[in-house]
Amino acid sequence: MREMTYSEAMAIGILEALAEDETVVLMGAGFGGLHGDPAVWGQLREKFGDRITNPPIAELGYCGIAVGAALTGLRPIVAIGTGSFSFEAFPQIANEAPQAYYGSRGQVTCPVVFHMRAGIRGAGALQHSTAPQAMYWNTPGLEICVPGSPADVRGLIKAAVRSDNPTIFIDHERLHPLMGEVDETSSGDIPLGVADVKREGSDVTIVATSIMVHRALEAAESLADQGVSAEVVDPRTLVPLDKDAILRSVAKTGRVVVADETQKSCGVASEIAATIAEEGFDSLRAPIKRVAIPNVPIPYHQSEEDYVTPTAQRIVEAAQVICS
Amino acid sequence: MAGSELSVDTLKSALHRMMLIRRAEEQVIDLATSFDDLIRGHYHVYIGQEASGVGACMALGPDDYMFTTHRNHGHVIARGGEPSPVIAEIIGRTTGYNKGRGGTFHVIAKHLGVLQTSAIVGGCVPMAAGAAFSIKKRGTDQVSLVFFGDGVLEEGAFHEALNMSSLWKLPLIMMCENNSVLPEGRRQGEYPSSSFAATQLADVAKAMNVETHVVDGGDVREVAGLLTELAHRTRAGEGPFFIESRMTRWPGNRGSFPELIGGPHQMDWTWDPGTADARLQDWLTNSDPVSLLCRSLVEEGAMTREEVEEIDAATRKEAEEAREFALSSPTPSPESAMDYIFA
Repeated sequence: MREMTYSEAMAIGILEALAEDETVVLMGAGFGGLHGDPAVWGQLREKFGDRITNPPIAELGYCGIAVGAALTGLRPIVAIGTGSFSFEAFPQIANEAPQAYYGSRGQVTCPVVFHMRAGIRGAGALQHSTAPQAMYWNTPGLEICVPGSPADVRGLIKAAVRSDNPTIFIDHERLHPLMGEVDETSSGDIPLGVADVKREGSDVTIVATSIMVHRALEAAESLADQGVSAEVVDPRTLVPLDKDAILRSVAKTGRVVVADETQKSCGVASEIAATIAEEGFDSLRAPIKRVAIPNVPIPYHQSEEDYVTPTAQRIVEAAQVICS
Repeated sequence: MAGSELSVDTLKSALHRMMLIRRAEEQVIDLATSFDDLIRGHYHVYIGQEASGVGACMALGPDDYMFTTHRNHGHVIARGGEPSPVIAEIIGRTTGYNKGRGGTFHVIAKHLGVLQTSAIVGGCVPMAAGAAFSIKKRGTDQVSLVFFGDGVLEEGAFHEALNMSSLWKLPLIMMCENNSVLPEGRRQGEYPSSSFAATQLADVAKAMNVETHVVDGGDVREVAGLLTELAHRTRAGEGPFFIESRMTRWPGNRGSFPELIGGPHQMDWTWDPGTADARLQDWLTNSDPVSLLCRSLVEEGAMTREEVEEIDAATRKEAEEAREFALSSPTPSPESAMDYIFA
């Protein structure tokens, strides 16, 4: 085991994916973002420079080229950059990639990974803060990974690349510097569709993904001080969704807060809450609570930005309401 | 290889494919207009464009890729697709190429290199460039050919894909079928479009340093000659290429609900356009690629009228059998809507 940043763990996962399959290619290489450590990300070019293509600023075009490449024998990982930029490529991501297998009734597969950094990063303002996972969740045929820890990002990027389906891979700008343990002596494989209980508890379930896992764990600490035992369940992938793990936890606790950094309306928290209401209603001893972004774009100034950000404190407050 | 060097056998085979497309599309129109529940929405046919698709596909080998659009029926048959699974797909039967999943907009046939057929204007061009990108990365000598209409140049996707194809010298042939051209414009150096600011379509590709060609899409010899040469050059690493294939709209092509003016094509109209409906006469005289080829083959002595009519009779029979095959094929079970979501 070694402590490393989320960013380094992702780089290790991508390097491993490139090493294990020569059909894996990179469209762009800006996975580490504006603050990517050259010592970590430089290895991509050193070791696999011939598999990296640097595209022009043309998200629609290069995502489409990645789709066409995936239809014809390659496994591209596309570094789109900020999540909002993926909307420039929406026609290829939503109209073409997820429909290749379904539309051809199994004749062709489209094993492409669309990677993006998303979420409220701090001063990203209106167009560099969007978390698009809920929009992609409403596009059948796409797998969606939202890993929250270094070990998870390393394992899931490899699972996404190996998958024969198109996958949206969303990390969070604020996750990149976070530290966690990664076992480099093992493959660290994680299958898609398997949730992880990040903390066990008995009074309330907090379902959280991506950056919200850390806020949920912080909230659980705070709740523990108040005598409330919170369980933190991280689905890790939205598609496929490990409903059983969520429902198992809710059956144990009877109370649930769904915490997510997407807008509340039709967001990730909404779908998970609806699933629990529909399939786990008998377990519930209190109404489901959602902690999410209000239905506004993301403003610039920190005072306003903080106001709309779902925090550990809001999770605590929501849990207090249903546990009282 | 110049078009005029095509052997008589090759031309007969091209004529057969072109007539097969014509007769199959006539069956499609008849199915759409005779039944309320077979083709429930709008659809697009390839009548009047047969020479462009057949001529271009003559340049392809079995491993090459072909991408097409909502107007795909003719392209798939030109590529060697059989009319039976094409028509079955168009009416949504389980014997269709994609077992009724795609319908008229999305005929997909992997064994023909037709991997994803996009009904989004411009959708196919980046994917075709991606197939070419993959060819180059994998180091094979395949070609990626994409057919699209002139409207695609109005879409941003085209320009982005064009730029990258040129930057990366991809083995891509972009076959822009401009079906809005009057007969006299097909061979002219310039031909303006009503909804595109460039004076001619190829100017845009030229600006991106892509070699361009304008071809008379009504002449299968011209198209086959040009595309065969460009396919060779593409395999030699000289791509990409942009071609404006000019053709004149069939008068029955009225937007999204085509009409067989005067019924299915009669060979008498080919030999004497004056016997056809007045709305068709000019098109039959100057623009119909099937009639132009039939008449030139007879005038050159390469075929007799009787031989041409034998081919026509054979393709009519084949299209009728395809129709019957499709109509007698099963429909998908309702719950099969849930299959093939994830591999």
